[in-house]
Amino acid sequence: MSTIRVDVSRCTLCGECVAACPFDAVEIVQGALHFTEACRLCRICIRRCPQEALALEERPREHTERGTYRDVLIFAEQHEGHVHPVTYELIGKGLELARELGQKLHVVLIGSGVRVQADHLLAYGPATVYVFDHPDLRWFRIEPYTRAVVRVAQEIRPNIMLLGATPIGRSLAPRIAARLGTGLTADCTSLSVKPNGDLVQTRPAFGGNVMAQIVTPGHRPQMATIRYKVMAPARPVQAAPGRVVELLCDEDLLRTDIEVLGFTPYELDRGIEEADVIVAAGRGIGRAEGLALIGQLAELLGGAVGVTRPLVEQGWADHRQQVGMSGRTVRPRLYIACGISGAVQHVAGMRGAEHIVAINTDPEAPIFDVAHLGLVGDLYEIVPKLIDDLKEGAALHGLP
Amino acid sequence: MHFVVCIKQVPEGTEVDIDPETGVLRREGADAKLNVYDTHALEAAVRLKEELGGTVTAVSMGPPQAEAVLREALMLGADSGYLLSDRVFAGADTLATSYTLAEAIRRLPPFDVIFCGMQTTDGDTAQVGPGIAELLNIPHVSYVTRIREMRAGAIAVDADTGYGIQTLRVKLPCLVTVTRAANQPRLPSYRLKQRTKDQPVTVWTSRHLAGADRSRFGLRGSPTQVERIFPPDRPTTRQMLAGTPDELSAGLIDRLREWRFL
Ligand SMILES: Cc1cc2nc3c(=O)[nH]c(=O)nc-3n(C[C@H](O)[C@H](O)[C@H](O)COP(=O)(O)OP(=O)(O)OC[C@H]3O[C@@H](n4cnc5c(N)ncnc54)[C@H](O)[C@@H]3O)c2cc1C
Ligand SMILES: Cc1cc2nc3c(=O)[nH]c(=O)nc-3n(C[C@H](O)[C@H](O)[C@H](O)COP(=O)(O)OP(=O)(O)OC[C@H]3O[C@@H](n4cnc5c(N)ncnc54)[C@H](O)[C@@H]3O)c2cc1C
Repeated sequence: MSTIRVDVSRCTLCGECVAACPFDAVEIVQGALHFTEACRLCRICIRRCPQEALALEERPREHTERGTYRDVLIFAEQHEGHVHPVTYELIGKGLELARELGQKLHVVLIGSGVRVQADHLLAYGPATVYVFDHPDLRWFRIEPYTRAVVRVAQEIRPNIMLLGATPIGRSLAPRIAARLGTGLTADCTSLSVKPNGDLVQTRPAFGGNVMAQIVTPGHRPQMATIRYKVMAPARPVQAAPGRVVELLCDEDLLRTDIEVLGFTPYELDRGIEEADVIVAAGRGIGRAEGLALIGQLAELLGGAVGVTRPLVEQGWADHRQQVGMSGRTVRPRLYIACGISGAVQHVAGMRGAEHIVAINTDPEAPIFDVAHLGLVGDLYEIVPKLIDDLKEGAALHGLP
Repeated sequence: MHFVVCIKQVPEGTEVDIDPETGVLRREGADAKLNVYDTHALEAAVRLKEELGGTVTAVSMGPPQAEAVLREALMLGADSGYLLSDRVFAGADTLATSYTLAEAIRRLPPFDVIFCGMQTTDGDTAQVGPGIAELLNIPHVSYVTRIREMRAGAIAVDADTGYGIQTLRVKLPCLVTVTRAANQPRLPSYRLKQRTKDQPVTVWTSRHLAGADRSRFGLRGSPTQVERIFPPDRPTTRQMLAGTPDELSAGLIDRLREWRFL
């Protein structure tokens, strides 16, 4: 069976197709094109569309086989034996989707000496952890890693497959998708399933100015990379009935045209543009020593310290820390502005942050216009209390 | 040496508009430009050509207007430009885009390295480069931060893995995707502008890709389907808290939990 497919990112609802259709089979219903039963697939609309937004879709063969794909497979990323925290978020989401579909969750883990990590992952509730453990797999190299994941995917034929949207995941996932001939949605921030089993994938595009809802109706597995720190991580379960399956790392699997000559780990301080969290100080700190307090808070949150221009001019901070029009533009997940008025030149450099918190004594300070959470008060009272509370919380819950 | 660079035309800026009534993406009027990451990919190729000799071919898939970015590539040191433009290529997702580009590259003289940008500023998926490499069955390295050297049938590069910088030697032919750290792109030169202003850009349609599987082009060949586009749910829920330092600290910690920082 065939249908006319509409690319909603191109369609402007101009109505050319409605006018052109000799069978009156095209309608605009609630802001969307709709093809009625009268459609004869004559393709006149496809040729007429000025936006090239229409195409004939012959339902691919796979469509009929969709039902034979079952379960959720996730890729557990690790580096030198440390499992990337996004993995637990994938397991958390994967288990939720699997439960909803009445299916199982499996994990694939690749590395050198990672058997221990496999046992550890089992505690989070997957049915199976597939492990490829070999000295040659210590470093991520695209060919063996692709082969390993594809072997598991071809064996279990998953319905859904998820990877972290990390540099490694974003390199590996499209290669796997192309080999399997299936679709891949990038950098998802939300996932759910329709009653028919289709995965609804939502992702930001155009630098976060647009959200797109994407499906992969005719192909399996439905693949997505998932942005880090968006989904809730899984917690260890009481009874973990799963098992670890060690898979063979033969020469065919390990073959590669890439040689690793060296590796230089990042230093912890990577500059403010790279930071996930920025705690920024403005003239409200009053004295240079105030920066030590801001630094403590930043450290507790695993972030970096940013400043406004006057602090650089005073010589209290380095110009590389300056956020704003004549400084750096940053886009962290969290920006905490302490004693910053919110001048346009400063805001220009930080308004893209995902979550903005402002601490200021002046309830009228313009920074509160861009903040998602505003705390009205003296930073010298709030920040020390916050540091105490965070330390206490960390001691209680063993958090970092 | 033959270097191929894949370049894409993207809207200027990322300020696209969504019609709140119809949910239609309004891209009109937005000026188009060369994807900034692709200027770094091009620069990497042109520098290798200057060092080792050879040619640089720029390839772009897009509407007829995308010729502009190929012209720009010529001014930046590419020797020839290919525009893949055909109605059947339209509406491609990353798999169909990779397929079309790979089929075109197969029909060019044999290449040593394909350069792509790390990602685009519109679709922003970073998926096209790895997809091309897979379809051409060559190794790839994403997020290259430095091109070290090319000799003896291999290229040495530094790449960002998220944990640090890996230095790799990759056998040719291969594909790399380039970050902005890799180099400082040059500005278009007046001399090249004059010299290339009458140079034609080759336009290829699906007919030039004879032998390729037409059902894998464009919207038809795209497994993913954009169902709906909508504006992001900006946290308009602005909240102001006043109170004692204890209350304010507790309020902030609650939000940090909700936002998953704790
Ligand atoms: C061409 C140009 C380029 C510029 N580029 C930049 C730039 O890149 N980056 C930049 O930052 N600036 C830039 N500026 C400067 C900018 O205009 C502002 O002057 C500057 O951002 C103000 O810094 P501030 O918020 O730290 O200080 P102020 O505006 O003095 O604000 C201090 C704030 O702290 C609050 N406060 C005081 N005490 C406390 C307390 N105990 N607890 C809590 N809050 C307290 C006050 O209520 C006030 O709101 C530029 C200016 C120009 C003209
Ligand atoms: C809102 C929105 C969301 C989308 N989400 C997805 C999605 O999740 N998955 C999906 O498969 N498709 C998606 N698409 C479709 C996707 O944008 C297109 O397939 C696009 O042609 C290529 O993807 P990209 O811009 O992300 O390129 P990227 O993969 O980010 O580009 C990387 C590099 O590949 C090269 N390249 C990319 N496109 C071209 C080209 N046309 N010509 C020459 N070289 C090129 C360039 O070197 C570029 O730097 C989406 C489209 C929209 C409008």
